[in-house]
This record gives sequence, structure tokens and C-alpha cells, in this order.
Amino acid sequence: MSEDSPYWIEGTVPETPTPAEYPEPWGKTNVVGARLPRVDAYERVSGSAVYPSDVILPGMLYGAILRCPHSRARVLSVDSASAEAMPGVHAVITASTPEADIPWSYRRGPESRLFPSLCQHEGEAVAAVAAETPQQAVDALRAIRIDYEILPHVADQETSSDPESPKIWDDGNELPARPPYERGNIATGFAEADVVLELTFTTACEIHAPMETHGCVAQWDGDRLTLWESTQGVFAVQARVAEILGLPLSKVRIVGHYMGGGFGSKLQAGKYSIIAPILARLTARPVKLFLSREENMLCVGNRPPSRMTLKAGVKKDGTLTALAMDTLSTPGAYAISGFGLEDWQIRDLYTVPNVRTSNRFVFINAGPARPFRAPGHPQGSWALEQMMDDLADAIDMDPIVFRLKNIPSVSQARGGQPYTTTGLKQCLTDGAAAFNWETGRSRPVQKTHLKRGVGMGACLWIAGGGGPPSTAIVKIFADGSVNLNLGASDIGTGTKSVMAMVVAEELGIDPHAIQIEHADTATTQFATPSGGSKTIPTESPAVREAAYAVRRRLIELAAEQHDLAIEDLELATGAVVSKTDPAVSFPITELEGLQRRGLVMGVGYRGPNPEDVAITPFAAQFCEVEVNTRTGEIRILRFLGAHDSGRVMNRLTYDNQIFGGITMGIGLALTEERILDQATGKMVNANLHDYKIPTALDVPAEMASLAIDPHDEQCNTTGAKGIGEPVTIPTAGAIANAVFHATGVRITESPITPGRFLEAQAAQAEEV
Amino acid sequence: MANKPKTTDRERDGVTRRGFISTVGAGALGAATVGTSRAEAVPEITAPEAMVQIGLTINGRIHRLLVEPRWTLLFTLRERLGLTGTKVGCERGECGACTVLINGQPRYACMTLAVEAEGSQITTIEGLMDGEALGDVQQAFVNEDAFQCGYCTPGQIMAAEGLLQANPSPSTEEIRKGMSGNLCRCAAYHHIVRAVDSAADGRREGDDR
Repeated sequence: MSEDSPYWIEGTVPETPTPAEYPEPWGKTNVVGARLPRVDAYERVSGSAVYPSDVILPGMLYGAILRCPHSRARVLSVDSASAEAMPGVHAVITASTPEADIPWSYRRGPESRLFPSLCQHEGEAVAAVAAETPQQAVDALRAIRIDYEILPHVADQETSSDPESPKIWDDGNELPARPPYERGNIATGFAEADVVLELTFTTACEIHAPMETHGCVAQWDGDRLTLWESTQGVFAVQARVAEILGLPLSKVRIVGHYMGGGFGSKLQAGKYSIIAPILARLTARPVKLFLSREENMLCVGNRPPSRMTLKAGVKKDGTLTALAMDTLSTPGAYAISGFGLEDWQIRDLYTVPNVRTSNRFVFINAGPARPFRAPGHPQGSWALEQMMDDLADAIDMDPIVFRLKNIPSVSQARGGQPYTTTGLKQCLTDGAAAFNWETGRSRPVQKTHLKRGVGMGACLWIAGGGGPPSTAIVKIFADGSVNLNLGASDIGTGTKSVMAMVVAEELGIDPHAIQIEHADTATTQFATPSGGSKTIPTESPAVREAAYAVRRRLIELAAEQHDLAIEDLELATGAVVSKTDPAVSFPITELEGLQRRGLVMGVGYRGPNPEDVAITPFAAQFCEVEVNTRTGEIRILRFLGAHDSGRVMNRLTYDNQIFGGITMGIGLALTEERILDQATGKMVNANLHDYKIPTALDVPAEMASLAIDPHDEQCNTTGAKGIGEPVTIPTAGAIANAVFHATGVRITESPITPGRFLEAQAAQAEEV
Repeated sequence: MANKPKTTDRERDGVTRRGFISTVGAGALGAATVGTSRAEAVPEITAPEAMVQIGLTINGRIHRLLVEPRWTLLFTLRERLGLTGTKVGCERGECGACTVLINGQPRYACMTLAVEAEGSQITTIEGLMDGEALGDVQQAFVNEDAFQCGYCTPGQIMAAEGLLQANPSPSTEEIRKGMSGNLCRCAAYHHIVRAVDSAADGRREGDDR
């Protein structure tokens, strides 16, 4: 990430000015930090929230995309004549349709087309239709005749670079190598070690699988385009759509009030964001275009597979001397983003003077990766946290004691920048105490085939400090009611609720009374997409700044009206009151200045982060598992997440993030795996039955959270750091460590399916 | 089957589910053996795009409308009747986002044809409301923050409603099992189980009064 802009920002973004005055850090808060049900809960549980896929417009048609069934093929000819003549069909577009014959570029290449003649993965778009009903649209897709020349493919990153492998791109299958990361001298470090271990870890490819698939509804009003899009960032979609369709930004409106999950896969526009407007323009009708579940699994992102060889040296006293890691991963057929960063934990989490990491990336003929909740981090953590346990085992030290010996006070990966705060030590010690680690750890070996064990993992997240730009507007009306306007999306993390709480805290009002306008490029201010765990630390200071400006203005109005000193007044619930005499109280609704103008408005900007410091969330997670050594089934009995994400803004949504992140990590550890058939390169489990995301039965009945707040007054004016991604980073490693504690079997390959466990157990028995 | 639909015009016309399946089965058999012969009694099959009139009883109101026999109940509810509280997640009976109650039982609306649902009592998320007021299960989901993005939530709530109608005092394990047909990628499961438990408590207390 140091080489590139963060994955949630594409291109340049507008700067916002530095605020002239910052509010003081909060002391005791009245609203912020409470367990508050969401301000938009009613809409979400009543069914009245309109998600983009719910939008129905008069005269609306349904779009569908024809996709290449082969993992690699050349389109020789497309015959759409019979499809065009079918009942209900209004438009068929292919590469030879002038409006659709346009380039499509990927962030890090190679260049492609909207409908490329060379299909580089199963699911590549070849044509699209618009019809009266979705059923007719699918009928029409089936009637389009395509002649493909099936080309040799690469389905395995391990063999992609072999000389005999087909060349996917003219320049070869390997992305340009980057220089390795190095500090200290690993040879010296390994020479100093009493124990040196080396293990190779792999993680399977995971699919984001949000419950609402990707898509949009497009409507033209003359030369103005409106898209209701399921997205994490309306302004990112606006920029891309305007660029590709050659429209001014002012004529492209993206609305994304609600969206059914993204996890990083909806940070950007998709081909559907372009195809739907083209179909809508050609037919002069609104067009709804949402991907099927299968398309969702093939085409719009994944957490790519990884292979990580990790070598580690440690002294008998628990001092880490050296870490070296070589990784191999793949961006798929095109390089967007979401690959890499497997080595960040190795570089930054534990104190170690000698480090070397190098990352290789190769193309394969599969759908492109996109950022997936903490890109690279859960993979790297899977390797590092298991290695830490093996090292602890080798020097006969408790895994937590070992980690505590290696806690850094500065960010070593950033040249020794201090962290604004680090709660890592407390996450480990307080988490262990709350989890009853000692008891679980010392339980004697069970004699039955059901074996219980405990395990843990720690982590940090590379980002999570947020930063500019952001603009928020708070308005208070003559009747005392309040409106909040911000551009950020609420992707289910509770953004709207937290921001309402910030306004309520400053203005002394009920958060549920605040009307919120958000995530609409026509009516709200620029915001970067909600990703990188940065929405709360980015937006909450801007929102606080805006509310603070309103508060100051109301106090000024009262001071002017009653000829009092500003310093003697403060804002309480619904009134400006004297700091010294509680009897002196001026209700907001009786302020003449407010009544005359009808409203008071405050604009807040997100100021820059403090320089030369690192703002980083930390965590430690603990779990207990029961392994059936006859069937290989693994049951998770309990989990505890101890998290330092700075100030807890809403304890209810905070806990929800932790439990949700842990559950996603359970998927990585135990069930989730994209399976590509090597002979054809096709995904054989592109559905939610065979690609297994965790269900209610896969989470433990006992889950707990522990909030570690080191009171970070330096990071920003609300003291909040990101929570959404760290919650899923250490989970899988912790589970693997618990399995090892229970059974003595070390599984380096994810997911730990029953079959994989039994194989590893049998292999280990043979060795002994 | 507990909810055998009453005989409809379609069944009299020969488009029964059984007829459909037997035709497909016979075709497959023919292809597997000689590749030419077909079963003798071929039921008449309505063209998929031919419209038929049905009446659907949804949330206590009868909706009469024209549907294609191939339209799912899910598509009909959302795109033809505007009842978009019921969500679409996979359209193949795997995720539960489209769960509705059919005669009190949770069913996937994507796996139910609209023509099949004629004559049944269909309840959607909109039907749990009392005017503008939330139903008790909905309110429990609010209180416990039993969702994140909220997209699977109407389906979760309908599954919970069906579970509580069948079992007013479910154990935690029964709740986990009862809710396991509904996927939540945000994974609010822990809070969902708490919400269902709390809704069950609320109903029992209500009954005691």
C-alpha cells in the first residue's frame, strides 16, 4: 500500500480545507458509546427500505448479460438476429454495437474492452439484452449464437509461470516484480536464533458473496443519467461512469441509500454500471440490471488464493530475531486490486529487527480479485499466528506470554513512526483474563475422540485511521429539528447511526430525531467509498466539526440577543444556558436569529491526520474448539474478540461488527473455498449451496466482545479508529491454533475441512 | 405435504407440478434409451410466456393478476405487486432472503411458482406490520441489532415468525437450527438468535397476562 494509493481510492479526490478550529476531545459522553438501536432500523426491518434492486420505475425493462462459459476463449462470431426478433426484446448489444464498442480499463492493467473478443475468464461479458421481463431477457441470451475458439487456460497459480503453461497475456503471466521489503539482516537474525522454523501456508480463494448481488437501475432524463446502484461509494461510481460514457459529472447522479453488503467488492463501478445505461439509452426506457448469484460468484471479485512460505527465528527467552516470507498470489485474469499485503502483519505486528518479504503475483484465467475485508491480512495472519504458536511450542512458552514479549511501541514497517496509541498488550492480557485462557490452556488431554482446545491470534490493520477528504453539513431548523448531510454510504456498519449520535452528542438532541441525507451524488458532499475501516474515523470528525459549528453559532445568537458573553454560555438539551446560573436558559426555538433565518447551518471538514505517527487498530481473539478426531468435524464452542479500535461509538453496532467479522473468519478457517476444475478452468461451486458461507449453526452460541479503548486523543477529534476489518483478521489463525492445541495436528492449508483434517492427522501419525 | 394447494384451473388444464415432472422424466428416459420415442400420454404444456390469470392471497388481500406459469412467487411479489420487502438473493433456494410464510410455514418464494401459491395464505414482511407499527419479531430485531446491511433481514424475520408459530418456546439450539436456512453474510447470527429468543420471551409474557 505504501507504493500505491489506498485500495478504496481510485484516482485523485478533491481536497477539503483544514478546519480553523478543532473541538476539544470529548470527556464523558452522553450519547456516543451507548447501545443504541440504529436510526434506520425501522426501514430495514419493515421492508420499507428501498435497496437498489428494489427500485421499480414506470416502463422499466430488465437487462441481462451473456457471459463466456469458457475460462479462456476467443469470440469468433456473434449472431444476435434471432434474439432481437424474440417477443419482449428491446435491445441486444454486442462488441459490434457502436455504443458498446468501448474500452474498459483495469486499475493495474491490462487494457480490455466492455465486450472483449478475447475472454480471459469464465463469466467474461460478451453481449447484453434488455427485455420486458427478466425471463424474456434470459430467453434472448440463450438465442444468441456465439462461436468460440476455446484456448488453453491456466487455472492454478502454482503452474502459471511454468514454461509449458499457456501465455495468458502477451507480456507473460507474471506481474512486474516489486523489490522485496527488507530491514536489518535476516542472515544475522537467523544466526542469532536458538530455534528456526520454516513452514508453508496456503489459503483458499474466497468469494465476497454479499446477499444483494451487484447491479443497478439506470434511467435517462434527456442527457442526464441516474443510477440506483448497490455500492459502497456513490462518488467512485459517478467518476467511473462519467469517464467511460463521456458525460460531465454534473449529469451523472448515483443514488446508493441502501445496499445489501459489499465487503470490498462494491467499491467501484462494474461493467453492469455501464451496460445498463447503454441499454437504457438505446431503448429509451429505464433498465434494471442485477447479476445472478452465479455471475456474482464468477465476475465481481474474490479474496485470491495465497501461498506463503514463512521462516522465523527465535531465542529461548522469546525474543524474535528474524522473519522472512515469500508469497505467491494472483489477481485473476486482470489486476484491479485486492491482492497483496499478505506480509503486512510480518512487517509490523511484532518487534523483530530483521525482516525480508517478497511477493509474487501471477495471472490465471479466473475472475479478477477485488479488495475483500482487510485485503491480504487474514491470509498473512493465518501464517504468522500459527508460526507464533509453533515457535512458542518450540521454546516451551505460553503463546500469549511469547507475544507479550514482542509488542512494538512503534510502527517498524513505517520506519519507526510511533503509534498514536496501541492497545495490543491490553487486548492480549485483558482478553486472556476475560476468556479464562489459563483454564482452557491447562486442561489435560482428553481420552475420547472428542478433543477440546483453545487458541488465539493477534493482529493489527494497516489502515483504520481514516483521513481527508470529507465534508459534512448539519442544519438546525427554526423548530429545533436537525438535518445531517454527508456523502458516505452506510454499508451495514451503522454509519448513519454513529453520525447521528455524534450530532446528538454535540447538540444535546435525540439521535433518532435527526433526518439524514446521504450517499447521493446529487444532494450530498463528496466522500470516498466506505472501505478500509475508515468511514467512522474519516466522517465522524467532519460531522462533529459541522455540529460544533452549529453549536457555536447558536451560542453566539443567544449572546447577541441577550447581551451576554459567549464564554459564559453553553448548549444544553434544546436550550442555550448559562454556565454559572442554571436558571438562565434560552430555548433554541426562541432564538430570534434562528427564527429570522429559518435555519443555522454548520459545515465540517475532515482535517488532516497528525504527521509522522501511525494510527492503527489492534486486536486479539480467543476461541475454544472441539475436534471430532474420527470424523474430522470441528465445532467452535466459544469466541472472544478483544479489540482496540479507539473509542467505541455505538456498543451495539460495535459488537455486531466483532461477531460478524469473527464469523467471516470462521468461513475462511473451516468452510469457504472457490474450487476451479483444473481441466476446464471452470468454477464448480459457483452457488451458495456448494460454496459454503457460515450459517447460524456454524457460529458458537457463546460469543463475547471486550472493548479496549486507550483514549486516543491524537488520532482525530472523536478518538475512533476503524473496526470493520481487524475483526476478521486473526480469527482463522486462532481457530487453527485451537485445533493444534486440541489434537496436536497443525493444518497449514485453509479451509480445515473434515477431510483435510483427517488427512493431516493420518500423515502426522505416519511420521511418528 | 402439509399445504396441499387446492385444485385450480391450471391443474384441470393439465399443468400440474406432477405432470411437469413426469414429462421431463419421460423425456430424459427417452433420450437415454432409443433417443426417439416419447411417453405416450404427453400432458399439454402451456407455453411459458402464455399468461394465465390467478388470485394470490397475500397478507389477507386477494390480488388477481396475469402471470406466466414460469414466474416465481418471488418475482411476482417484487416486480409485479411491488412488495419489495421480500428480497432476492440467489433464486435457487439456497440463501433464504426470499422467505415468506405460506399457510404459516416459512418457504422460499424463489422456489415456489406463483401459480402454485394460488389458494394459499401468503404472508410477507409487509404483513407483519400493524399499520405503521412494527410487529414484535421486527421490534426484537431492532432492539438486539440483529442485522447489518439488512438485506437478508426480512427473510430472517419471516423464518423467525414461522419458527415461533410452530414452536413458541424454542431452545437456543432450536433457534439456531430453525434459522439455519437463512444466510447472513454480514453474519449478525449471534444477535439474530438473541432477537428470536427475546421475541419468544415477549410472546410468552404476553400470553401470561
